[in-house]
Amino acid sequence: MASFPYHISSLNEYTVIVELGDEIDELVHRRLKELATLLEKSPFPSLLEVVMSFTSLTVYYDPIVLRRLFPKLKSPTQKVIAFLEQALAQLDQEPNVQTKRVEIPVCYGGKWGEDLTKVAEYHCLTEEEVIEIHSGVEYLVYMVGFAPGFPYLGGMPEQIATPRRTTPRLSIPAGSVGIAGSQTGIYPLTTPGGWQIIGRTPLHLFNPDRQPPSLLQAGDRIRFVPITEEAFWEWKERELG
Amino acid sequence: MGMEGEGIGMIRVIQPGLFTTIQDLGRVGYQKYGVVVGGAMDLFACRVTNLLVGNEPTAAVLEATLLGPTLQFDKDLLIALGGADLSPTLDGEPLPLWRPIYVRAGSILRFGKSRFGCRLYLAVAGGFDLPYILDSYSTYVRGKFGGLSGRALQSGDELPVKIDETHQWMWRDRWAATNGRSFVVGERSIHRRIFPHYQRNPVIRFIRGRQYDWFDQKSKQRLIESGYRVSPQSDRMGYRLEGEALSLEKPREMLSEAVTFGTIQVPKDGQPIVLMADRQTTGGYPKIAQVIYVDLPVLAQVKPGETVRFAEVSKEEAEELYLNQETALRILQRLPAIRS
Repeated sequence: MASFPYHISSLNEYTVIVELGDEIDELVHRRLKELATLLEKSPFPSLLEVVMSFTSLTVYYDPIVLRRLFPKLKSPTQKVIAFLEQALAQLDQEPNVQTKRVEIPVCYGGKWGEDLTKVAEYHCLTEEEVIEIHSGVEYLVYMVGFAPGFPYLGGMPEQIATPRRTTPRLSIPAGSVGIAGSQTGIYPLTTPGGWQIIGRTPLHLFNPDRQPPSLLQAGDRIRFVPITEEAFWEWKERELG
Repeated sequence: MGMEGEGIGMIRVIQPGLFTTIQDLGRVGYQKYGVVVGGAMDLFACRVTNLLVGNEPTAAVLEATLLGPTLQFDKDLLIALGGADLSPTLDGEPLPLWRPIYVRAGSILRFGKSRFGCRLYLAVAGGFDLPYILDSYSTYVRGKFGGLSGRALQSGDELPVKIDETHQWMWRDRWAATNGRSFVVGERSIHRRIFPHYQRNPVIRFIRGRQYDWFDQKSKQRLIESGYRVSPQSDRMGYRLEGEALSLEKPREMLSEAVTFGTIQVPKDGQPIVLMADRQTTGGYPKIAQVIYVDLPVLAQVKPGETVRFAEVSKEEAEELYLNQETALRILQRLPAIRS
């Protein structure tokens, strides 16, 4: 038996979801990360992939592989649930996960972050103060989703929480760093969007020709590092080279 | 004398059709990076057309939507068509679906009006010779990668084909007996018993979604009693349905979590959306239902403007149906290549 509450249910014929909580919580996140790592290191037969979200881990498997291995098996789903219960029982009360730390260089303000002035005005702060607050803390990547390589980040100080723009922009360049409500994020692809854009990173968050294709993974901790426009172009060249 | 081995062929795109892309079974293993699975909308048709030409199930196929492309073959090729009946003809003569077809170099494949369905698949023996990105050939148009340059086909495109010449001599002999027709149709087909119940305005079976119990009683009734029209705004990402609104018993917020092929989610306006091949990996709307796997090809062939009705089945029944169809398909895939 696992030493913490959990709930497992099936989503469809080849997908099962393990829930460890119902609100955003670092401890829940670290347990999910530990479970994901364990399953990836020693996968049960038929496992295809695992995907982390805020409070759950989704497990994709191939039922036919289980049918072949266990010919008398009536329900592959039940078998997978049993495998997952075994895995959960191996987890410690205090999750022990290795954390990757990533620095994200950001050129704030000006043409790179056209909404920085507005965000500063909204909070009666100077632009420098907004940059200091935004780059002064560590953020946790709770999950990657919504778009390829898009990190859902936790940890932005409420002091700079700013509502979305009333009119979304038709095209926001890839690498743009923005604020929407109490969330901050980075656009991996050029897309329309309503976030307040405060800067841009020269890093490619997503590149399908790279392995892994996403710069960030659930469980990573990141920091934004302010850089000059000159440094931005240097980074950009290095990314291309 | 036929030569054993592989050559390179070319399929020329004379007209691209409405929206024609290269697809396969999709990208498995990259959802944790937010990479959409993609792949064929009608996975059954994709797999069976590959099977009929003796390909591995993972080979790339063409997926055409409503208006098919016009294509010219520069070499003799073995092809198969399946899925929607878009009135295919080769040099003016009608072609069947779900059969291996030997087509002669220079012949032109055209499509006419849709007699049934929305998405047609074309497989070619040997498969398309295109870049393999993140373990898949499938085109992800929004991300601009995969398939042919990450986009839908355009006039003038040339699709390279790895020709499998192993059995070409046999087809050439059969063709020689036809007095110079443009093609020869093989006898092999797949038993109708394992086919999805393709039909217009179909009944689609579902199991309860993760937030089924959040919905009020009226909405649960509406889901099964009232039909839903498939909106013209539907695409490979999702089918937007129009009909009686579905609502929660009380307003609730939820955190984003995983969604899959066939998840029926309900945004605030109450009009359900069925997530299809190019769905995002996660979603934040309550999920009232999940379309069962064996009915996904049926749904993929529904055209905008058609009406779908929903019927509930148990998870056990859904699993049983999946196992039966999937076991049959995998047995077929393990058989020696079907080329006659």
